[in-house]
Parts: sequence; structure tokens; C-alpha cells
Amino acid sequence: MMVFPKLLRASAVFVLAIAALPSLAQEAPDVMVKRVAGDVLQTVRTDPKVQAGDQQRIREVIETKLLPHFDFERMTALAMGRNWAKATPEQQKVLVDQFRTLLVRTYSGALSQYRDQTMEYKPLRADPAATDVIVRTEVIRSGQVPVQIDYSLTKTAAGWKAYDVIVGGVSLVTNYRDEFNEQIKSGGVDGLIKTLTDKNSKGVPAKS
Amino acid sequence: MSAHRFPLRRLHAALLVASLALAGCAAAPSKDDPFEPMNRAMFEVNDVVDGNVVKPIAELYVQAVPKLVRTGFTNVFNNIDDFFSGINGLLQGKTEKAGNDFGRVIVNMWGLGGLIDIASDLGIPKGNEDFGQTFGYWGIPQGPYLFVPLWGPTTVRDGTGTLIRVWYGPVGYLPYVPVRNIIYGIGAVDLRAQALGTTSLIDQASLDPYTFVRRAYLQKRLYDVYDGSPPPEKEEE
Repeated sequence: MMVFPKLLRASAVFVLAIAALPSLAQEAPDVMVKRVAGDVLQTVRTDPKVQAGDQQRIREVIETKLLPHFDFERMTALAMGRNWAKATPEQQKVLVDQFRTLLVRTYSGALSQYRDQTMEYKPLRADPAATDVIVRTEVIRSGQVPVQIDYSLTKTAAGWKAYDVIVGGVSLVTNYRDEFNEQIKSGGVDGLIKTLTDKNSKGVPAKS
Repeated sequence: MSAHRFPLRRLHAALLVASLALAGCAAAPSKDDPFEPMNRAMFEVNDVVDGNVVKPIAELYVQAVPKLVRTGFTNVFNNIDDFFSGINGLLQGKTEKAGNDFGRVIVNMWGLGGLIDIASDLGIPKGNEDFGQTFGYWGIPQGPYLFVPLWGPTTVRDGTGTLIRVWYGPVGYLPYVPVRNIIYGIGAVDLRAQALGTTSLIDQASLDPYTFVRRAYLQKRLYDVYDGSPPPEKEEE
């Protein structure tokens, strides 16, 4: 008798969670970007630890709120270009892992510099049946030229996933393609892995 | 910090790299960046000068000068830029954009000659046209990439645009040279101060800052020339 209500409650929560899943999966890409970005920025603005510059907490926020919506494997493959096929599955796994770490560290640095700016979300111009879309947003800063931030997203079984971010016309993936190419040219895939690992194992620069 | 601890040694190394590069032309340069060895040397020189002189001054400026005053300076320089953005909007036949730019200049004249950015409060969007973009719009290719110490990344086309922009002033018209130089100085420090956050981000993000800055600059300029919808990039072979 004691166990039953608990069990019932637990299963009710479980059923609710299952019921919520399909609606999440069908969430339109622009709605998702708006929800996730809004959630992250809201946390950054209000969380006292983030406000105090606690890197650990900032990374936690990114890991839990942002990362599930990115397809890092696709991102890494795109940044590798033709070199992706040359890497063994093991190398690919390490590359995805290290690239993700690098991006998280960079992004947490960027988030600590975030000031009160307004995000504007542009209406999505895409075929409802499209499986690859670009969601356009704009950061408005008073007295400065607005910065466009576009997200390239692809539809997967687990909902929409971002595979590129284009800030003011600068595509993250394109930018890293040159860097990856350069490293692979001089040291092969292992050379690139080593550079990434070395960079990631260094401490975060204490201050700018 | 540690990167700038041995400025002389670094400068020495940079000069050595420069002479080697000029003598041998080692790395196979790409189409965008035929002067890569020289540019890399200039990048190193810039890193040393920036880390030891310019950046500390900019940081001091941020600490010593109240934000209100800094914003005022930024606004005045922006106001002049708006005027040139308007000119370049006209040169590209973008009358609506040019109208916004000139509108901003006129409105901001009422804000103490540009000290207060009233136009932004009124919601008149800030433009960013310049001579380099106008040349690009006219179909002039960007030419070789250049890295200029104390200025940063540019191309032959964009650099020419910058020279024209500086030539037409209006600071150059001031008859008294020391005042002119002080204004140039404040303008430069103010610009550098605005970029303090960006440079630390580049250090964190990049595997090779030189390549990172070059690709970002070229991507950004292509995007600007096409007003946000550049043609899809072809994969380099």
C-alpha cells in the first residue's frame, strides 16, 4: 500500500514524459531555436553563479541546455571536408569529441562576455516538408550594426539538430575547415587530433 | 599574458621569419593569400606590438575613461562613418539604405554633433557600407589578402577603400596637426577597446589564429558585399 502511490506517481510522470516526446520532435525548427536560445540567455541573465563568471556553471548550462540540440558528428564531418573519409572510425570519434570540447570552451568564453542585448527572430521561410533549414536571428545592440546569427538545422529522428552557426556571415564550419585542412596537411589526421587535444588540455585563459 | 612575456625575443623571431619568408617563399600560398609568408610575419609583428603597447593602452582607456565619455567618442566617430556609409550606399544605388545613413547623420547632429546617438533610439538602423564593398559591388575582385600591423586583416581592394576613406577625412582637413593626431589616436584606441573581447575569443577558438582571422575576414567581407546573401561557396579542391 505504501509503495503503490509512489509507483503510480512515477508511472504517471513517465507517461506524461512519453506523451510530451512527439510534440517536441515535431516542434518547428524556428520555434526550437527561439525556445533554446531564449532559455540559455534567460539563465545567463538570471543565474547568480553565471553572473559571477563561474566557468564551471556556464559550461554546465551549455552542456545541459544547448548541446542536445547540436549534431556534432555532422559538424565535424563538414569541417573536415574530404578528409573525413580518410579518418578511421576511432579517429572520427576522437575528433568529434575534441571538436565539441573546443566549441564548448569557446562558447562559454563568449557567454561570459554576454551583455544585455536583444535577440530578434526572423520568420522562417521554408517548405514545411523541408529537412534542412536555416533559422535566421539578429542580435540588436543599440548604436551598432546588428549582427545576424543564422543556424543551419537538419531534421533527425530526435528532432531538429543544428550543424552550423553563421555569425555575421562567418560560418563556424567553413572557418574550421581551413584550420583543419592546414593541420592535416602538415601532420595528417593524427596531427590534427594532437593539436586539438593539446589545446583542450590547456587551462582556460584566466582572463582576457 | 605569457605569450607577451618576451617581446624582444618574439620580435626577433618575427623578423627572422620575415626575412626567411621573403628570401625563400616557403609555404605554397593559396589563391586568396599569395603573400602568406609575408602576411604571417606581419601578423607576428602585430601580435607583439599589440600585446605590449596597443592593448594595454586600450585597457587603460577602458579603466580610466568613464563609459559615458567613451560612448560619446564612439558615437562621434560612428556618425562620421554613417555619412560615408551613405555615400557608398548611393554609389551602389541603394537609396533606401543611403537615406537611413544620411538620416542618422542629420538626426544625430542634434545630439550634440553626434555625441548622443539619437538616431538609434529612434530606431533608424545603422548601415555599414564602405568603399571596399562598393568596389566589390561594382565587380572588382578583392585581390590578394593583406595583413597590416596595427590595422589588421584587409585585401588590396578593401585597403584601397580604407585609404580613400581616410583621405577624405574629415579629420585630415583639420589645419592643426597635433589636434589631428590626437583625434586619430583616440579613434584608434577607441576602436581597439571595442575589440578587447573579440581578440581573447579568437585565441580561445583558433588552432592557428592567422588562418582563423583570414578565413573569418574573407567570409565576412563576401557576406557584406552581397548584403547578407553571398553565393554558395564552392568546395576548394
